[in-house]
Amino acid sequence: MGGARGWSPFNIVSVVVGFAFLYIPIVLLVVFSFNASRLVTVWTGFSTQWYAALLANQQLLDAAFVTLRIGLISASLATVLGTLAAMALTRYARFRGRLLFSGMIYAPLVMPEVITGLSLLLLFVAVGLDRGFWTVTLAHVTFTMCFVTVVVQSRLVSLDRSLEEAAQDLGCPPWKSFLVVTLPLIWPAVAAGWMLAFTLSLDDLVIASFTSGPSSTTLPMRIYSQVRLGVTPEINAISTILIGIVTFGVVVSAVLTKRGAVRRARDERLAAEG
Amino acid sequence: MSADVAEPAGAPAARPAPEPAGPERIADSASFRRLVVGLPFVWLLLLFLVPFLLVLKISLSTLALGQPPYEPVFPLAEIASFGERLRELSFENYLFLTDDPLYLDSLISSLVTASVSTVLALLVAYPFALGLARAPERLRPMLLVLTILPFWTSFLIRVYAWMGILRNEGFLNQLLLWLGLIDQPLVILNTNTAVLIGIVYSYLPFMVLPIYASLERQDPRLLEAAADLGSPPARAFWQVTFPLSLPGVLAGCLLVFIPAVGEFVIPDLLGGSETLMIGKTLWNEFFINRDWPVASAVAVVLLVLLVGPLLLLQRARGSAGAGAL
Repeated sequence: MGGARGWSPFNIVSVVVGFAFLYIPIVLLVVFSFNASRLVTVWTGFSTQWYAALLANQQLLDAAFVTLRIGLISASLATVLGTLAAMALTRYARFRGRLLFSGMIYAPLVMPEVITGLSLLLLFVAVGLDRGFWTVTLAHVTFTMCFVTVVVQSRLVSLDRSLEEAAQDLGCPPWKSFLVVTLPLIWPAVAAGWMLAFTLSLDDLVIASFTSGPSSTTLPMRIYSQVRLGVTPEINAISTILIGIVTFGVVVSAVLTKRGAVRRARDERLAAEG
Repeated sequence: MSADVAEPAGAPAARPAPEPAGPERIADSASFRRLVVGLPFVWLLLLFLVPFLLVLKISLSTLALGQPPYEPVFPLAEIASFGERLRELSFENYLFLTDDPLYLDSLISSLVTASVSTVLALLVAYPFALGLARAPERLRPMLLVLTILPFWTSFLIRVYAWMGILRNEGFLNQLLLWLGLIDQPLVILNTNTAVLIGIVYSYLPFMVLPIYASLERQDPRLLEAAADLGSPPARAFWQVTFPLSLPGVLAGCLLVFIPAVGEFVIPDLLGGSETLMIGKTLWNEFFINRDWPVASAVAVVLLVLLVGPLLLLQRARGSAGAGAL
């Protein structure tokens, strides 16, 4: 839609209202984490006491640590599997069960979490796996790898395939051309996929509730059980920290992607010039 | 595993095969292909498909068998005696679902809630997406990151933020009282209205992005042509822009509707006792009543309901930018 010429006052107002709707709740939440009073809706003065209270809350810290470990492990596994799946979908047009395969990639993206959680739990019980750290990790790999696939796939589709083909024509085995040619070109998307998998894992309440055991309560499960009792400034404080981490991560990955795009354009130009 | 070894290995199908390849290279690319396709395929079969079959199986079993912790007998030993097992299956749990109006009510109310919130989300998202697509080109990447950012922020936290806004003494009521629009605080939290607000808010990026993708792709010359032919902007919008964005609208609606039907967190935290939703019913059946077979039956019914929309989404994905998460 032709640039600034088409940006009418109505369009500008829609965008401003849209962003206000998206951000006002988050801003209020962050602001009131610094409130001196226990009341979360009446401002009484600036204080960081709720952050100090967090540091004293051992249960919360333990849960945060468990969540972090699950996130790191599951995001890394999900990135490997998700990238392979994206390769499979973009590079191999036909293989037996492709329809089933792509169905299993896309379905978890929108599947209600209660179904995913319940079904994985029944699997773990059926094979006699004790519920705990590893069952949550396996569950998270399964539902986050599909998001990685979508992110990496969109990059692979736009990748100039002749570079890979040139490498293979010159006798480079496919696994090597993947590692030496393809991966360096798509790594910003792979990194973005990892980030997405990591934040989804940090965020998950429902699937973790089904698949975790008593020793592996995650942070969202802790937060949830406190939220049910009402609104408290400690939760605002922990939420603010999480929002800060995610914002930082998204900004870093946006910068990396942009830098990757610039370098890629340069490399592709050089490659074209020979 | 399912990598098709019979097909010419390596090169993508639509292109001419590179160079006559030696037997070594064929073996090499066949094993690479087997790894690339097989590893994620096996993973999803074992941790996505098999679990669903288990849900189906448990939903047909009786409570005694399904009660936690029930005997971990399933996979291998049972396949042999499948015929025998088949006779033991009972539809008791499904009959139970039809007996108690709770299940039918929460199913209907989930569908209604999801439909209404999908329409509301569309009304909010469309002008927003249009504004984004018509923004100056240099601003667009930043605006897009800002649109996606809330989606990356914890779902639970975003729902929690609305609890502080919608409470009787919350920000919204404070604002309305201060403006003199109301004398008494409105009761919004723990009602179905709060659930609708929560769903629209949480799933808004899913609606905005596919619509944006389909609008951004449109050729601006189409509108110029319409204007040259004497069409006023409003008419050009309804006759050109909107019809062309319908694939994005469809994808967005499905991306909101499908997860909203089974939503648990939002009805649980923002809804009240009047709020019946199937995701919450399943949760309660599992965690409170500890009736796994009935919970599984609820999951199967929910899944059957969603098969249609899921297939539609699969088809819409091709034409719209639904992958633009």
